[in-house]
This record gives sequence, structure tokens and C-alpha cells, in this order.
Amino acid sequence: MEFAIEAEGLVKRYGSVRALDGLDLAVPEGTVMGLLGPNGAGKTTAVRIFTTLLEADAGRARVAGFDVKADARALRRVIGLSGQYAAVDEDLTGFENLDMVGRLYGLGRRSSRERARELLAQFDLAESGDRVVRGYSGGMRRRLDLAGALVARPRILFLDEPTTGLDPRGRLGMWDVIEELVAGGTTLLLTTQYLEEADRLADSIAVIDHGTVIARGTADELKSQVGGERIELRVDSASDLDRVRGLLSAVAAGEAMSDTRTRTLTVPVSGGSKTLIEALRMLDAEGIAVSDIGLRRPTLDDVFLSLTGHAAEEKKDDDEPAGARRGQGENAR
Amino acid sequence: MTAATKAIGDGMVNAKRNLIKIKRVPDLLVFSTLSPIMFVLLFAYVLGSGIKIPGTSYREFLMAGIFGQTVIFGATITGSGLAQDLQRGIVDRFRSLPMAQSAVLVGRTTSDLANNVIVIVVMSITGLIVGWRIRSSFGEALAGFALLLLFAYALSWAMAVIGLAVRSPEVFNNASFIAVFPLTFIANTFVLTSTLPGPLKVVAEWNPVSAVVQAARELFGNVPPGSPKPSALPLQHPVIATLAWCAVILAIFVPLAIRRYKKAVSR
Repeated sequence: MEFAIEAEGLVKRYGSVRALDGLDLAVPEGTVMGLLGPNGAGKTTAVRIFTTLLEADAGRARVAGFDVKADARALRRVIGLSGQYAAVDEDLTGFENLDMVGRLYGLGRRSSRERARELLAQFDLAESGDRVVRGYSGGMRRRLDLAGALVARPRILFLDEPTTGLDPRGRLGMWDVIEELVAGGTTLLLTTQYLEEADRLADSIAVIDHGTVIARGTADELKSQVGGERIELRVDSASDLDRVRGLLSAVAAGEAMSDTRTRTLTVPVSGGSKTLIEALRMLDAEGIAVSDIGLRRPTLDDVFLSLTGHAAEEKKDDDEPAGARRGQGENAR
Repeated sequence: MTAATKAIGDGMVNAKRNLIKIKRVPDLLVFSTLSPIMFVLLFAYVLGSGIKIPGTSYREFLMAGIFGQTVIFGATITGSGLAQDLQRGIVDRFRSLPMAQSAVLVGRTTSDLANNVIVIVVMSITGLIVGWRIRSSFGEALAGFALLLLFAYALSWAMAVIGLAVRSPEVFNNASFIAVFPLTFIANTFVLTSTLPGPLKVVAEWNPVSAVVQAARELFGNVPPGSPKPSALPLQHPVIATLAWCAVILAIFVPLAIRRYKKAVSR
């Protein structure tokens, strides 16, 4: 199989902290890979190595067949990058931003302008294209930044947390745009902190923690690894717990867990909402009162708890170890 | 397209970006021209009433010094501009593009040179109003301005190295202030070096800023006839000394800046 992105044993150290600790990755051409992990896991560092912004301390990586170190110049011709922070010039208009990028990709004056207008229209920015970016909303800036990554119609696209910081509407809009893009066959490496996002956009997911991949698979595979969906309910009286447990064993897909202190019961299931309705009927027939019941799906927190034993929100702020951040000078990076 | 023409082309695309910014955010240009006007007026009228320069008026002596100081301040914009680009993340975008590695730096230094040209025009007019006169030929005066601009251009590459190293425009501004003030004051910019005490006099005489100011002063015809020849070698041949300084500064800082840029990552 042809891999658009390949990495073997990538290591990147910031002082004594290993931001990447032997990362292996292979993304088949034309597919979407979701790199899922909490802040500080090494996602941004990986993207920066693939896009030639950073050099790895050890290991090798190839993008579109080009070595990230030896063929950096040729590699840059076939990739597009949209980072965590919209890298657009606030004092230029949307059009000027895209036109500048087009010229720097080596497009001629005319084709650069045409491409800029085309992208503005595609990203719903045609009307604001001649306005200065300073007045754009967060979602508009992200769209413009993404448009910038697409100027040269790259074969391989890197999106580093494309929806972080967007409001729910902006996030949905971004998802639509990205789905349309990959429908055209572009290979995409996407980093995200949201399981939901990886679930919706990615063909396969690599869960990354402390600079290394700790799990791989499709969203469904990962979820079932975490335990899949489950019914969570709370009864009015703790004495009902055992009865309910026995009753629901008929629909359970695994061992149920009860907690008498909180009067809650968690039952792993596999049939989705149908199972929930069935469970409700059974409880109703027996006349058991529940104060709360619902179908829960695993979240990123669940994935992390189950895979690593620690919660996803361990580190906040940037996707880099705190000691390696700005102010420590270049040697530390 | 050869690598060289591509590099120049990419550099000009970047310069255009910065020039659009000057047009759109004129504050920087306004203040970088207002401050030299203020300096001309303050020094001409406050210090000018106390400092006597034999054989000429202080205002006439002063202008080359103010020109020197101002274009050096203009060169610092390169550093703060790059620090800002780094901070805002746009350097990541540029570095992921198949463009010449020097382009952002060439564009930045070129547009700051253009900024300095505008500032010099405004200052010259202010100088002429307060009584400064060019007492040489048109060609010599032009050469004087060209030397000032060349010197500032060379220095802007040094500022680029600092800007890429400190990574924050605020820090850069403080750092450059500390460097630029002594550099422009321990020199022949505002006083005769012969009036300075021993060690300061030596520093002032060998300060590259003194060479470019002396060169401009001579080329503008603002050195009164019969004034004593400076004792230090660079001030005896200020034009050659200035060109040599520019060559040295560029030879050191252009490769250094490009190396820094190649490794620069936002945040």
C-alpha cells in the first residue's frame, strides 16, 4: 500500500522532556488520519516535523515520498498546513492574504488572483474578501487560514486542531468544509482533542499520549476498546439496585457496575437507543422508579482513562511541555 | 526561474505585504516620523542654545547626527516586525511554503528601508525649516543620504537576528532601546568627540555610527572649513569606513539571520 505520510521512531526532545518518544505512523494515500490526544501529547510537534518546521532528533519521516529533512523544499510544494492559530495577516484583506500565499507558491500574477477569488467563494468569504482580516470573526479567520493551506491544491493536508476555540456553529461549519475537501481525495492528517471530531472526520485514529501512539483503529474499534456504549441510571431507593441489575442483565452486553452510595447502575449495552427503550419498558413493568436514565457513549476522557489510566485534561495550554515554551530561547526548542 | 530570481521575487512579495501594512496602519509611520521631528526641534532649540560648534551653527552640525540616529531607530522596526510575525504564527505558514528561505527577511528589510526613505524626506524638510543647509553638490548630498540608508539597511539584519531570538515585540523594543541609545549617543551625533572624556572619546571615535554621521556631515558640506582633522582613522576616511562597516555587518548578520529564521517556530 502506498503511504502518503510515514514516520518511524520519531523523537523530539525539549531539554529533558520528550515531546515525541518514538512515534510511528503510516497514513495511506487518500485517507483521513485523526491524531487524537490531550494538550501536551505531542500532536503539534509531530505536525511540525511533517511540515518541515521542526527537525526530529531521531527517527525518519517521509511525506509524499519526500524525506522531511533531505527533500524539504520539494515536500513543501505538495503539502498544505493550517495551524492551531490562524496564521493570517490581520492588516491585509482576505484576498491579499490568499494572493500573497499564491505568489509564494510560485503561481503567476493572474492565476494567483483567480485562485484567491475562487477560494474566497468556496469558503463563503466572497463578500468579506476585500475587508481587512482584523474585522473577521474567529470562524472566518479559520476558514481563511484553511483556504491559505489549499491555494496550491495540495495532495496532502495537515490540519492542527482546526476547530479548537470555535463556537459550536463554527465547528459544524468547519466540519462540513473539511468533509467536502477530503471527498476530493486529499490525504489529511488531522489533530484534535475531540473524539467526536475524529469520529466524524477520520477514517482511522491514532491515540497519542506522551509522544507515542498508544492505540490505533477506527472510531468504532476504539470505542469498543473503551467499553462501548452503556446505560447509566439512578434509582430512587438503593434497595432496588440489585433487582434492577438482575432485570437488566437480559439486555446487558457485559458486567454491570453498581454504586450504592450514589444509587447508580452502569450497564454496558450494544443495541443503542433500542436497548434503552427495552430497559425502560422492563423497569416500568416492574414499577421501579428511576430518577435519571440515559444512554452514554464514551468520550475522550473515557478513552484516556481506559488507555492510560489518567484523565485527558492533565495538561492545559499549549501542545508543548511548559519548559520548552517561549522565553526559553531557541536552544531549548 | 533560477533560485536567485525566485528569491528576489519572493522577497518582493513579502515587502509588498509590509508596505500594504504601512498604508493600512499608518500609526507606525506617523510616530516614526514625528519622533525625529521632535528630536530636531528639541536638540536645535534646547541643546543648540548651550552647545557651541566652532565655525558653524549647532543646527547645521546636528542634522547629520539626527539623521544617523533616526535611520538606526528605523532599522529596529525589522526586529519588532519579525518578532510580531513569530508571535502571531504567520512565520509557520511562510516556512511551510516552497519559498526562498531568505524571502521574509529580504522583504522585511526592504520595506523598512522604504520606511526610512520616507522618514528622511520628512526630516530633511524639517531641518531646512529650522535653518539646516546642504553646502555641497547635489550628487554629494545624494551620496550622503545613500550612505545613511545603506548603514541602516545593514543594521536591520542585525535587528532581525535579535527579533527572531527574543520572539516578542515588547521584549525586542526594550532590548533594542538599551542597545541603540548608547550606540547613537556615545558618538559624534550630538557633540564633538573631542569634547568627550578619555575612554568615551575612544569609543565614540571607533563607533560605526560616528563614521556614518561624519561621512554624511562631510557630504552635506556641514563640516566648517578649517576645523581640525579628526585624530581617529575611521573618522579621517568616513566614507570608506562606513562602507567597510556595512560590509562587515552584512557578512556577519545576513547568514546568521537566515539560520535563525530556518529554525524559528511560533510559540
